[in-house]
Amino acid sequence: MKRPVGDYLIFDKATQTWKEDPEQMVRDDVERHNWLHVGRAILKDWRLYLMLVPMLLVFLFWRYMPMYELLGAFKVSDVVKPVAEQNFLGFSNIKALLTGAGTYANLSNEFWRAMRNTFLLSFYGLLFGFPMPILLALFFNEVKSNLLRSGLQVFTYLPKFMSTVVMTSLVIMLIRQGSTTTGAPPGILSQLLASLGIISSETAQNGLLNNPAYFRAIYQVSGIWETAGYDSIVFFAAIIAISPTSYEAAQIDGANKWAQMRYVVLPGILSTIVIMLITRIGAMLSIGYEKVLLLNEQKVQIYQTSEVISTFAWRIKTTQNQSGLASTAEMMNNVVGMLLVIGANTIARKASNVSLY
Amino acid sequence: MKRRLEISELIFKIFSYLFLTVFALLCLYPFLYAVSASISGRHAVEYQELILFPKNVQFEAFASMFGNNQFWNAYSNTLFLTIYGTVWSLGIAILGGYALSKKRLLFRKAFNFFLVFTMWFSAGIVPQYLNYLATKSVFNSVGIMDDKWLVVIAMGMAAMNIILLRNAFENVPSEIEEAAVVDGATELQVLTKVFIPMSKSTIATVALFFAISRWNGYFWARQMISNSNEQPLQVFIRNQLEQYTDLEQLGGWTANYAPDSVIFALIVCSIIPILIIYPFIQKYFAKGTNAGGVKE
Repeated sequence: MKRPVGDYLIFDKATQTWKEDPEQMVRDDVERHNWLHVGRAILKDWRLYLMLVPMLLVFLFWRYMPMYELLGAFKVSDVVKPVAEQNFLGFSNIKALLTGAGTYANLSNEFWRAMRNTFLLSFYGLLFGFPMPILLALFFNEVKSNLLRSGLQVFTYLPKFMSTVVMTSLVIMLIRQGSTTTGAPPGILSQLLASLGIISSETAQNGLLNNPAYFRAIYQVSGIWETAGYDSIVFFAAIIAISPTSYEAAQIDGANKWAQMRYVVLPGILSTIVIMLITRIGAMLSIGYEKVLLLNEQKVQIYQTSEVISTFAWRIKTTQNQSGLASTAEMMNNVVGMLLVIGANTIARKASNVSLY
Repeated sequence: MKRRLEISELIFKIFSYLFLTVFALLCLYPFLYAVSASISGRHAVEYQELILFPKNVQFEAFASMFGNNQFWNAYSNTLFLTIYGTVWSLGIAILGGYALSKKRLLFRKAFNFFLVFTMWFSAGIVPQYLNYLATKSVFNSVGIMDDKWLVVIAMGMAAMNIILLRNAFENVPSEIEEAAVVDGATELQVLTKVFIPMSKSTIATVALFFAISRWNGYFWARQMISNSNEQPLQVFIRNQLEQYTDLEQLGGWTANYAPDSVIFALIVCSIIPILIIYPFIQKYFAKGTNAGGVKE
């Protein structure tokens, strides 16, 4: 059937005629700032827009308004300044934190230490924690019995669903220090490590968590224990989504297991790997504050390796009530994190045409 | 004809089985240890004599915990937060995800961005806390006085879960929706009679995510709830852990079970409900999780 002349026409199958498409008309109205028409369109469909309102309010109140509080970095004066400058705060919080201007040398050192710890914890997480789920997924693919595989999978997902409190309590108990008064030995895991010669028995006796040298290892190992199994779901799903004909074709070409892995499996899961990597890099600076706080609470002796930006900010807010400086620290963290997301996404888009956002 | 396995492939296969078995057992071990330690005698626990199986079995640690009113209090507070919190979050997420899944929604891109932006950029705990203090008085003035209710309405919303629901709703064939509209169904009826029944598995997954994050919630409950009788189980466990570590060092412990056993008993009690619902819902994970995130 011939299309008549006119804009916004769509073909209506039921009546076999061309009709005007009211939705497209409204979209054009939006572009032309014809707000009266837009308002009428929204009113006509008000139920749909009403459904959005609770979600928008919740996000506005508890996700966006805290961002406004970040501006405390420019507004709340924690830095003592000459009287002449007191009306203008500007960048003095940022300056005090980054350069230690005035009497803030100590605080600035602690800030940079926390920044370094944040980076190192995420970097090691990327190095050791990221490949683990991929390896697990490849191994799961080897297990041909469905029953055995899903049994194993169920066990490995389990730690993910435990709370941070339960998880850290178990860690604390398993590597707890020995007692000098009763002569009780250290936790069972510390004993095992000591008998394997990985740590000295003295270190075990004094408590692994009291020793700054071991915090990063504890954090990574418990992290892998907690999430590796669950994170392997995505990769395993990508592997089983590869069509069997790809394997058959490769076999006909004489490819052995390793060649199949190189030319069939790896390309098949590459986009998933890239997406997960971007997500991971994007979340690099948002180290789970809950876990760090629960592991190092009241343990000043291990702050040098364990304190991250968010716990640093929390500490100077709660113990010294310097909310301006705390907001500044969080803002620095967020800005760098944001740049990392955008950077990782851009590189991935350029390199492999896969992008998350 | 089936190709014979090369030696290297065989080794890889055996290694896979071994590695997975060991890893799965390691994932399970701390929980088994917790169960054993919670019912073992004092000397065995304090001197780290048990490796896997309980020794000198006692149930007094559990009994002392069940006799503690604070424990039941904490448990019921957790139930409160979990039930109301899940209903609140899931309700909002379903409504929002449904509206966002409609192509005809104006400013759809902007709304999506509003949501997704919170996944890249979070203000951090100090600004969130300051904002909470600021909004608390506002909510108190409109009659929401209870800290528990504030935790329910303020915490636990996640953009990712809404996106999962949105993607599930987008996959419902539009013909079915049109048929319902022709039959005179209103927007709400379309949602409850067509979309929700057709996206059951995703909704179950998302509900589980919400429920578990509520059940496991610790930090914000501790900061936001000022009355210690209203604190949930996770906060209670942590307080007990801190108290008992001190007690042992003081040497003022006379019961015939170790202080650690009480902590382990608490841990066991807090994970049992998760273990009970876990087998029913775990089959939905793979389906639900890989649908999200990739799009937009």
